[in-house]
Amino acid sequence: MSNLFDLLVAGLATGAIYALVAVGFTLLWQTSQTINFAQGEFVMLPAFLMLAAMHVGAPFWLAIILGILLSMILLGLAFKLLLVDPMMRHGVLPLAIATMALAIGIKEAVKQFFSAEASPFPSIVPTGDVSVLGHAVSLQSIGVLVVAILAVFGLTTLLNRTSLGHQMQAAAQNPTVARIIGVPVERMILLTFLINAFLVALASLLITPIYLAKFSSGEVLGQAAFIAAIVGGFNQVRGAIAGGLLIGVLDNLAAAYVSTQYRAAVPMIFLIVVILFRPQGLLGRAEERTV
Amino acid sequence: MNGFARPLKIALGLIVVAGLIIVPMNFNRYGLFILSQWAVMTIAAMGLNLTLGYAGQVSLAQGAFVGIGAYAGAIMTTHGWPLPVAVLVAIVLSFGVGWVLGYPALRVQHHYLAFVTLAFSTLAFLVFRNESWLTGGIYGISNIPRPHIFGIATNKPLPFYYVCLGSLAIVSLAVWWLIRSPWGRAFVALRENPLRAQSLGIDTRRYTLMAFAIGSALGGVAGALYAPLTQYIDPVPFNLSLSLDLLMMVIVGGAGFYFGPFLGAMIAVLLPEWLRFTEGYYLMLYAIAVMGLLIWSPTGILGILDRHMAARRTKAASALRAVAKSRLETAQ
Repeated sequence: MSNLFDLLVAGLATGAIYALVAVGFTLLWQTSQTINFAQGEFVMLPAFLMLAAMHVGAPFWLAIILGILLSMILLGLAFKLLLVDPMMRHGVLPLAIATMALAIGIKEAVKQFFSAEASPFPSIVPTGDVSVLGHAVSLQSIGVLVVAILAVFGLTTLLNRTSLGHQMQAAAQNPTVARIIGVPVERMILLTFLINAFLVALASLLITPIYLAKFSSGEVLGQAAFIAAIVGGFNQVRGAIAGGLLIGVLDNLAAAYVSTQYRAAVPMIFLIVVILFRPQGLLGRAEERTV
Repeated sequence: MNGFARPLKIALGLIVVAGLIIVPMNFNRYGLFILSQWAVMTIAAMGLNLTLGYAGQVSLAQGAFVGIGAYAGAIMTTHGWPLPVAVLVAIVLSFGVGWVLGYPALRVQHHYLAFVTLAFSTLAFLVFRNESWLTGGIYGISNIPRPHIFGIATNKPLPFYYVCLGSLAIVSLAVWWLIRSPWGRAFVALRENPLRAQSLGIDTRRYTLMAFAIGSALGGVAGALYAPLTQYIDPVPFNLSLSLDLLMMVIVGGAGFYFGPFLGAMIAVLLPEWLRFTEGYYLMLYAIAVMGLLIWSPTGILGILDRHMAARRTKAASALRAVAKSRLETAQ
């Protein structure tokens, strides 16, 4: 029983990180029909930006701020202006392929300019355990959960409670009408790209102390976030959150109870089942088919 | 097109084929390996081009079918079966699995379909890695023999390159025939407007499954050739990134164009090799090149050519119209 509790906590902690990444993923999809295959690499890169800042002598807190800012410039602004804008009107597939190429580019750049080896990364939460309901729970898990919950809470407040958030939703749901009623749609789309960049930088900060900074670590993460987004509902922020938590827990339980060899298969089978029987995702709205 | 274009095209085709046969004769071992790899990847990309480019069904699982073909080829040839039999088995196996994978395509479309095939691709990889009684697990299968074709041993790189090239020729002819047959037209109808295709009496269900199965079968062929080419296989080359690479080949070359996969595979296999002199930067430059190309022309390389020709044709047509008009005016 205690084993199950530990697994659940660990699963929720990883799941919360998946949720952050998946939320950004769905935001990009909603506002600009971008399927970002480089999302995993987007999570991998900020950690290296922060490491680079520390190499040149910045203290950890400054490195975090610099890393997040740089991520927002590179992965938010530059990504949108240089890659997404020129390709958006050509449909989903060419852009998706271009992001695959971008993923290769980011990976190779990190390998070339930083290191092909895994580097340790300092944690923002102190290591150690605390006792919760008689179970030892690592501070790291709690820290990750708290930060992720705060981020998600902040984002949903922004989206649902503020005028800016309403404008963003309008821009995502119906750009034409939004434009007519005076929403600066272009600026709103840019804003979602910046938010996505912020979320991946945050996820990077949370997950890299656990899995080390390595150029290839984005692959697994990107795929997990991808699955989380689809399972939860591709067109819903709360769907992505639920999907992220679910996949995190499922992954951890599968490793313990199914087999370590096939743990990766469980989320995949789950994904296939969800798509076949509820393609709009567990919490998603049905998308209208164009045919 | 114009009257002289056809002989010109045939001449050009013959020159390219002759070049592919003669030029590599004094290539070194590595050059021949890369060129054989190009032929094999072209076959796989042609299959995906059928599924995606002609029938419009997005698949992220072509790499898994190359894997299925490769393991079928490796297991059978190491147990003494001749390669052609192994290729046949690979075709039947990939066709069957592809047919089954096509069923989700009947229910979901576009990106959802891409996700189902992505999941399948990962599952296939896990099976390759974990079922070591069959696939050798992470240690893979080594000492895969190369075949004797018409009594000629193809152990050396050059003869085996001709095996790959010959297979590519056979597959190319088959695909050429297929897309000109009523089936090919039905595939295009499926892509352009499934509802209308159905109203015209095309059994869209069957053709969707067929598009998947035939495309996958070509992936299997490519795999069955890949095994004797490298003579050693393990699960790593058949992970998701192979599927993504193949998809990139098809889109970069030009999805829905017959020659798209040839060019796409050339770029994906040869361009990184040509960029090797830049050492650590070559894959980075490759990625930038692909992004640049897609920004310039989202329909791939052949899309550029297609637009260029269309523009020239319009120009020629309007010139003809102008001439005709001035003639009419002078006649009056």
